[in-house]
Amino acid sequence: MALNVLMVGATKGIGRAVARRLAARGDRLHLVGRNLDDLAKCAEDLRARMPAGARVTISHGDLEQPGTFDHVVQDASDALGGFDTVVITAGLFATQPDLEQDLAFTQRMLTVNFANTVLFCEHVRRYLLARGRGTLCVLSSVAGDRGRKPVVLYGASKAGLSAYLEGLDHRYRAAGLTTICVKPGFVRTGMTQGLPDPPFAADPDEVAAVAIAAIDRGTPLVYAPGIWRLVMLLIRHLPRFVMRKVGF
Amino acid sequence: MPQLGAVAVNTNTTHRLSGWGRVPIVPGYEVRSENLDAITRDVPLTRGLGRAYGDAALPAPGDLRVAGSVLADRILAFDSAGGLLTAEAGLSLDELYRALLPKGWFTPVTPGTRFVTVGGMVAADVHGKNHHVDGCFGRHVVSLRLRVADGRIVHCSREEHPDLFLATLGGMGLTGHILDVTFRLARVSSPWIYQEVERVPDIDAYMDALKTSAKSWPMTVGWIDCLSKGASMGRGVLLKGRWAEPHEAKQGFPTLGAQIPVPFMFPNGVLGIPTVKAFNALYYRLPRPHRAVVHPAPYFYPLDVARDWHRVYGPRGFTQYQCVLPASGGHAAVRRFLELVTRGGGASFLCVIKDCGPEGDGMLSFPKEGTSIALDLAMRDDTQRLVDQMNECVIAEGGRIYLAKDALTRPEHFRAMESRLDRFLAVRRTWDPDGRIRSAQSVRLFGW
Repeated sequence: MALNVLMVGATKGIGRAVARRLAARGDRLHLVGRNLDDLAKCAEDLRARMPAGARVTISHGDLEQPGTFDHVVQDASDALGGFDTVVITAGLFATQPDLEQDLAFTQRMLTVNFANTVLFCEHVRRYLLARGRGTLCVLSSVAGDRGRKPVVLYGASKAGLSAYLEGLDHRYRAAGLTTICVKPGFVRTGMTQGLPDPPFAADPDEVAAVAIAAIDRGTPLVYAPGIWRLVMLLIRHLPRFVMRKVGF
Repeated sequence: MPQLGAVAVNTNTTHRLSGWGRVPIVPGYEVRSENLDAITRDVPLTRGLGRAYGDAALPAPGDLRVAGSVLADRILAFDSAGGLLTAEAGLSLDELYRALLPKGWFTPVTPGTRFVTVGGMVAADVHGKNHHVDGCFGRHVVSLRLRVADGRIVHCSREEHPDLFLATLGGMGLTGHILDVTFRLARVSSPWIYQEVERVPDIDAYMDALKTSAKSWPMTVGWIDCLSKGASMGRGVLLKGRWAEPHEAKQGFPTLGAQIPVPFMFPNGVLGIPTVKAFNALYYRLPRPHRAVVHPAPYFYPLDVARDWHRVYGPRGFTQYQCVLPASGGHAAVRRFLELVTRGGGASFLCVIKDCGPEGDGMLSFPKEGTSIALDLAMRDDTQRLVDQMNECVIAEGGRIYLAKDALTRPEHFRAMESRLDRFLAVRRTWDPDGRIRSAQSVRLFGW
């Protein structure tokens, strides 16, 4: 059965790739973002890929304005005639040296990636539980799995997010809410442009395929690409004195 | 949603760029964004997927930063009745295949890889197996949105700024940054290909077979063995194809599988003469069904099966040489050229021969009526000399070379091949009097 999906962050990167895959198989999409002109172009791109008659709608929403989240959920619900799936791919990123130079941006990054994403999820949780069931899929990161030198601040924001998503899944799975945490490694998007490819660098479409498979199966935690499950298992178990010495 | 704000993006980490042949490798890096308009304001060149083999998409000496279009890959408008499509320049043929072939649409012209952007297809005015029927990609392009050298954004077409439009078809990105492309798609009868294969014993028979099949087949192309000499010189395999009719097509959609990675760089010289000889003999004799309905991906893009296949040429890299010899020279011209290649020991896995139809209206568009020959050459100490010799032969025959492949042609040779060059450079000068838009190739061949 086709999903009715609210997407936050579908204009770029992994979100764009997820939206294209969902559109191609006929799911109904509602895109939320800050720039309506940009959203309209993305909607047109998706329409070209959708089966005849399928619809995609857009409305304004901003993860930096938690006061508007009620409206965002309501607008999406109105446009879709109710939704059962939420995919959040929006987030902020900068390298550790850049973040250390710019505390104002660091504050924004921490607020958007953790506090506001969690608050948005809370709105969605209430909505989906009130409807009886639903799926919430959020993009976290392998950067949250261990405190590491190159991703101290960004990693901390994602560690908090991952912990929230795991707790949410445990607490509400039985009540009908499936929570999915996707942890990509390095992905070649606009967010990471200019950085050299580390090992296991992936394209957004590979991550999108993993995320959608997890939505379909209700898998609570997936790494993308899958090799990262093994890599992070190893890194999580490295002793602190090793982590202090190495550069990754 | 939220994106990088005022924080500077770290761009001083990757410092080297090369084309697909990995010759030359130059200092430089790409700035990428979904917003191509924003990143093309102050750079000399825009680059797509980097499939030009030589230095066409590399920064000129002294330039470092180029714009990368690949993240700007949206379909902006698609008319599902008439097939008119407008896309951002970074949309790849791979993506277009996935998005629109299931709906029965495809580009009327496709080159030999699907990892090219539509912007790159315009800049190189690419051609395919159906050139003798459908011409170059440029013939199907209706209009372009370009950022020209002074920063303005200009719409051009055959009616609006026609000089700029026609100079941009095949203009190697030197007239401005291609932002959006509007072009016509073609309806296909099914997403499968009906193919017939013919083994041909020598070059004369090959040329005859190519000519005969062009009359009844919309797509023809062939591989020949560049190392066989004497009576069997130019023996090869000719492939003829068309989109399959619905009643012939296989069940389901021909989905694209994952590419097989070439995980490491091979040592230099793996593709030396003994390997190529063995491969060629095997490939020629390989039993194949005479007629079959086949998957379009291996049919159009045989080398895309492997990712990073250029690594098999080793760290020294390779160059591709592609020329067209005019029809007026007949078989004899092709024979003369192949004799030069076999004598020069130009071991080439890939020697692709194809007949071209009439020249298109792109000012520097490569194909013209005659025979196109493409060879891959592993870089060796004598490669420059071989390219010089081939270029002299091409000049004598009245042919020309394909800039999308070129890394080694001398400026005087290119000028001698290209009677349309002055007209192209005049248009370029009009729109870019200060020579702001340039590439390593344009500086090498034109001086600016």
